[in-house]
Amino acid sequence: MNKNLKMIVWLAVGLLGTFALSTIALNRGESINALWLITAAVCIYAIAYRFYAAWIAAKVLVIDETRATPAERLDNGRDFVPTNKWIVFGHHFAAIAGPGPLVGPTLAAQFGYLPGTLWILIGAVLGGAVQDMVTLFFSTRRDGRSLGQMARDEIGVIGGTAALVGTFLIMIILIAVLGLVVVNAMKHSPWATSTVAATIPIAMFIGLYMRNIRPGRVLEASAIGVSLLLLSVLAGGWVDHNESLRVLFDHEGLPLAYAIIVYGFAAAVLPVWLLLAPRDYLSTYMKLGTVVALAIAIVILRPEIHMPALTQFTDGTGPIFGGKLFPFVFITIACGAISGFHALISSGTTPKLLTNERDIRMIGYGAMLLESFVAIMAMIAATVLEPGVFFAINSPAGVVGKEAVDAVAKINSWGFVVTVEQMNQLARDMGESSLFARTGGAPSLAVGMASIFGSAFGKHLLALWYHFAIMFEAIFILTTLDAGTRVGRFMLQDMLGNFNKKLGETSYMPSVIFTSALVVAGWGYFLYIGVIDPNGGVNILWPLFGIANQMLAAIALCVATGILVKSGKLNYAWVTALPLTWLVTITTTAAYQKIFSDDIRVGFFAAANDLSAKLTTGALPADKAAVAPQLIFNQHLDAYLTLFFVAVLWVVIIDMLAVCKCCLKGKPVLPLSEVPHSATQLNDAWVRD
Amino acid sequence: MLKKLKNFWRCIWPMVRQLSGDDAYERYLKHYAEYHAELENLEPPLGREAYFKQWQDGKWKGVRRCC
Repeated sequence: MNKNLKMIVWLAVGLLGTFALSTIALNRGESINALWLITAAVCIYAIAYRFYAAWIAAKVLVIDETRATPAERLDNGRDFVPTNKWIVFGHHFAAIAGPGPLVGPTLAAQFGYLPGTLWILIGAVLGGAVQDMVTLFFSTRRDGRSLGQMARDEIGVIGGTAALVGTFLIMIILIAVLGLVVVNAMKHSPWATSTVAATIPIAMFIGLYMRNIRPGRVLEASAIGVSLLLLSVLAGGWVDHNESLRVLFDHEGLPLAYAIIVYGFAAAVLPVWLLLAPRDYLSTYMKLGTVVALAIAIVILRPEIHMPALTQFTDGTGPIFGGKLFPFVFITIACGAISGFHALISSGTTPKLLTNERDIRMIGYGAMLLESFVAIMAMIAATVLEPGVFFAINSPAGVVGKEAVDAVAKINSWGFVVTVEQMNQLARDMGESSLFARTGGAPSLAVGMASIFGSAFGKHLLALWYHFAIMFEAIFILTTLDAGTRVGRFMLQDMLGNFNKKLGETSYMPSVIFTSALVVAGWGYFLYIGVIDPNGGVNILWPLFGIANQMLAAIALCVATGILVKSGKLNYAWVTALPLTWLVTITTTAAYQKIFSDDIRVGFFAAANDLSAKLTTGALPADKAAVAPQLIFNQHLDAYLTLFFVAVLWVVIIDMLAVCKCCLKGKPVLPLSEVPHSATQLNDAWVRD
Repeated sequence: MLKKLKNFWRCIWPMVRQLSGDDAYERYLKHYAEYHAELENLEPPLGREAYFKQWQDGKWKGVRRCC
């Protein structure tokens, strides 16, 4: 294509994107078509990828195609292997995309569709994708070293330790909140519970199949597994209609939480091949298949978005979680906009497969854009619901009342239309006993997906689509839970190994059991508190997770900024310093409000004090009074945890600034740990394309 | 049309296999033949089952999943 034509095409993309974005932002009418969101997203991603990412690659990082990557230099046929770029992209995307981008946007939709959408787009393009890309680059230049190691090498011991401790704590909170999402999806739903339960023996069977029956036939085993999973959704419906079977799977939240805790422990102790590995395969296929199907359905169907652009809850009175638009929309949507967790994949795992530095833009920046797109689709699935229905499903009983009539009256008083009959009909359509107060985001996402799939591929199957969506969410939430518990165990063993050598051995069974139990107890505690909390628990845990995840992102950006300054690229350091400044602002503000706010729905201490005052005056009903002491303790614990996160973050920032200052003044700093240049020998056409 | 689909499939299928690890053993044998052929008598390549075990265990060290 000649140059002028190219310019015209990009100009058209730019104009279309601007037009779509202004349509989204300025629309104050009844509803807007979801296609505008998709159009705006695709145009913004395309322009950012073509210009911003390319500029970062060429000018800021100065990608060197002639340089041999660690995969080439250290090729051992195992973890270091030069790999086709599409394959690396696939592995990288499968590893970074978890349930986070599905849950966050759903919760943030309480502010309306606009704030979350803008943050997902801008945050990904200027923050998240940049973080993933620069981390991937710096790790590639350092033999694929992990974020923690890079922080230690480049900034100092404090930075390295902070990254390690931060990762561990995020893991604990992440698993707890994801466990809570699954529990809330299974509560009093025999269909969902039996389907999710069935995924465990299915995964084990596939594990045995791949290991013993037909060793290494991964695709064959996966095909069988996926068919069995689909069958389990059908079987769940059958269980639901069978009076004697359904009582076996009809449970309150607490027994389900205990079941998840026991399961999590078993999964961490059992060998990987039996449960974790096969489950990971199945969930990856499910995830990719469902995301692609959802995208196709949205494009075919072009659903209308019924949620207003902004709701009155931007003032901080929202039912799903308390807190104003700033900073809480930025905390609630972490994955999908910017996620610190990705830095762990971008360093360590992916660089060891990279054939040429040229591919860093596509893999680091591109995969994050795709994840951001998944978040946009989750936003669409949440906002195509009638707002009244959305709030009825997502508002906890502690806010709108336990009885359906009270909940409906309360939601109507906010100006959102919904009736008890409408909700009952919806629950019947979806094959559930009730859809009121099903917090956590999974049920409302499933209703949204079921209605989109239902209209695109057949309406009479709504209940099946709903439970398919629940199964799809549950299976990869449980995968994250398994894998996270295991990683937490490894980290803990690594740390304890400094004190007692025996405890550090990953195959020493008493140590395995002890450390797994500690990790499970950690997240099990938060899961338990979340389940007994009448406000649903998600409103506490999710912001905590958001703050932790953004903190890790800030640490990754700190390391990157430090390296840029040390490499004499002060003029370009804003590329990472800009998102870093924003993250520090939002996490610090959010943490400040979570600790010191007088609003009992925001401030941890305010909530604790309010609860203990009510407890002493006897204003609480008996069932709430029974759990109040535990809730009060938990509010205090959460406050100190938040304080700890912010303290860690500021320590790393000050450390980084000190290093930069020394460097700019010409004083000695830790040397750059970049591996020296060696020319690539690969005529890489065969691996790359 | 049919031919195009066939070509497309021919291009996609090896990728799917590699992404999933379905062909990991074949790739291992190739790597072995290329780099360690001189060891053939001392240390023959692993069998499919033994290799798969090693591959799977190796894959699960470290962070593999995000949020």
